[in-house]
Amino acid sequence: MSSRFVVFLIPIVVIAIFWVMAKSEKKLAHDPTHKSFFERNGTVLGVSFILLVAFWTLFLVVLPYLYMVVESFHPKLPFNQRGGEKDVLTLEQYKSFFVTPTDGSWNVNHMGAFVFTIITSVAVTALNFAICYPLAYYMAQAGTAQKVRLIMLALIVPYWVNEILRAFSLRLLLASKGLINQALMGMGLTEKPLDFMAMDVGLYVGLSYAYLLVMIFPLYNAIESLDKNQIEAARDLGAPWWKIHRDVVIPYAKPGIASGCTMVFMLAAGSLAAPQFLGGPSTLWFTSIVYDFFFQAFNWPRGAAYAFILLAACIAFVMLMLRLFKVSLGETIK
Amino acid sequence: MSAGVELDHVTVRFGQFTAVEDATLDIKGGEFFSFLGPSGCGKTTILRTVSGFLDPSQGRVRIGGQDMTGIGPNKRPTALIFQNLALFPLMTVADNITYGLRVRGMPKAERMKRAGELLDLIALPDQGNKLVSELSGGQKQRVAIARALAVQPKVLLLDEPLSALDLKLRQHMRTELRAIQQQVGITFIYITHDQGEALTMSDRIAVMSDGVIQQVSDGKNVYDHPDTPFVASFVGENNPFAGKVTQADSSFAVVETAHGALRGRNPKGLKAGDKAILFVRPESFVLGEGAPDATIHAETISSAFEGNATHVFLKGATKKEITVTVGRHGGAKIPSQGERAAIHYAPEMGIVLPEGKMARE
Ligand SMILES: Nc1ncnc2c1ncn2[C@@H]1O[C@H](COP(=O)(O)OP(=O)(O)OP(=O)(O)O)[C@@H](O)[C@H]1O
Ligand SMILES: [Mg+2]
Repeated sequence: MSSRFVVFLIPIVVIAIFWVMAKSEKKLAHDPTHKSFFERNGTVLGVSFILLVAFWTLFLVVLPYLYMVVESFHPKLPFNQRGGEKDVLTLEQYKSFFVTPTDGSWNVNHMGAFVFTIITSVAVTALNFAICYPLAYYMAQAGTAQKVRLIMLALIVPYWVNEILRAFSLRLLLASKGLINQALMGMGLTEKPLDFMAMDVGLYVGLSYAYLLVMIFPLYNAIESLDKNQIEAARDLGAPWWKIHRDVVIPYAKPGIASGCTMVFMLAAGSLAAPQFLGGPSTLWFTSIVYDFFFQAFNWPRGAAYAFILLAACIAFVMLMLRLFKVSLGETIK
Repeated sequence: MSAGVELDHVTVRFGQFTAVEDATLDIKGGEFFSFLGPSGCGKTTILRTVSGFLDPSQGRVRIGGQDMTGIGPNKRPTALIFQNLALFPLMTVADNITYGLRVRGMPKAERMKRAGELLDLIALPDQGNKLVSELSGGQKQRVAIARALAVQPKVLLLDEPLSALDLKLRQHMRTELRAIQQQVGITFIYITHDQGEALTMSDRIAVMSDGVIQQVSDGKNVYDHPDTPFVASFVGENNPFAGKVTQADSSFAVVETAHGALRGRNPKGLKAGDKAILFVRPESFVLGEGAPDATIHAETISSAFEGNATHVFLKGATKKEITVTVGRHGGAKIPSQGERAAIHYAPEMGIVLPEGKMARE
């Protein structure tokens, strides 16, 4: 049996773990009146619960990723050679990200796209935060209930429009003969149309807009629970508005900020549609490369390896940021 | 340094609703001044108007003689202690206390020195590095006071700061607050719905009801010489007897009540025919027969021995029961349940006021 199918043994292990957990629950509870999992649910129901939960975690969450991990450590082979003697474990897919396999030179193209993706995602996250924080603060602390409902509606309704339509209409706006350029030229502000697409304006706007809600709701939730008296106390003690935000609101909302920023960063770095439709002609988003490996080159191992490089880098980056801002991972999902 | 606070015909409205109506007051520098009134009467609203979080719909607020119109809360020489304290939970005790100094740009070393002094003042030395959540209720209370005092306000505003504490601690903090006020010498404006608090601590009290200031005077005056039925019934226990004035001169009036004609002082100059309420405090009653126009006959319902005094509850001619407080020294025999008893009072201990709204029980 090929090594890549070993992962399918894992379900049995996991089911066994669940089983042991259910069995030992009574002992762990330190409470003689505590009924065990099977006593509570009956054997038939108990067993089906365990099987269902195990199935769900495994087949829908764990296994697909595990299979991809395994795949990424294999060479690309025609189908009839899979499982054959050439199908060995190898790091060549990961290496190919740094060194071009064909000529042995540095893979500047892909590494550049990677760095560009990370930096742009950070910038998009920052831009998104700058837009969402005042809005979330207004909704959570300053606005009247009625206005807040209106803003919520205005935020949510545009998301009923599907992503492609949204992206293309943005393109129409920003195109060289688009509405904005015509307006600018009409007012005599510019002579030639500005190439917004090549300046990646579309990319920034599109990505920021796509994840607006992902940023705003954690912020809103965090700020909403802040006691208004704290803000007033700071103000009463003489703090100007920006110091109130710096010293009282932002420290309090830090878990929400971390949660929103993490999600926007991860989603932006991993997004596919917006960069493809809204990026400039020379813009290369890292996920597009991954996509091409899977669906153009049919090189699944290399695509998987690239995807994991992105994933690992993003996780590392987020962890570093959380550490830097002294937020624990648990807080961000509160 | 202290400053006086003047309210000059201040009215505060929320939409159609008038929370404070035409309040005019002159609080002197260095005074311990209390607003006393039931929940919802507009006490917090007045305090927020003085601190600058609310603008009066009409009238002005002056602090130290200076018009405060258009001056924000961060620019006024006041400091507010909130009903729920509103300490900053993510800062240490010392950082809380010195926050006002930090936003003013005081260097850290100096700030920490000030924090030490203030911690000494509130009797919490060396607790500056604790988190607020590690303090007890009374300690939090004191930290809130220190935080407000740190910015050296000329007026300290306190919004029922003791309401969250238990009785013992509350009584202790009363004395402590009063001591701190005398030590720092600034104006304290104190809000409470607890008359005991107002009476024990204040130089003067403003009694409020439904947004209207009913009376401004010192505690003794408010208790002995109430201006309105509301004040008479809200501050301390009181027995009201409603009726119509039958006879009156400049010092006394006789009111025809359900319990017969009763006599009392007439500070408001009521005339015969006016509707009036006679108030007699429980401790002003004496068991036994007295002058006919100062004696009531009623049936004893129950009595409650309280150590230093006994409260006797009687059912007279109206639904409302009459309370009589009998001191120990009298040695009088307490009437037993169901017994008809006579009680009387000295006419100068009764007070006749024009009919008006009373405090809800
Ligand atoms: N922002 C507001 N909008 C509308 N009405 C308000 C507002 N703030 C206060 N009120 C109303 O004004 C009245 C007085 O409120 P205030 O908070 O001053 O009462 P209070 O005397 O402090 O009562 P408590 O002892 O319960 O704190 C209340 O009836 C309240 O409903
Ligand atoms: Mg209040």
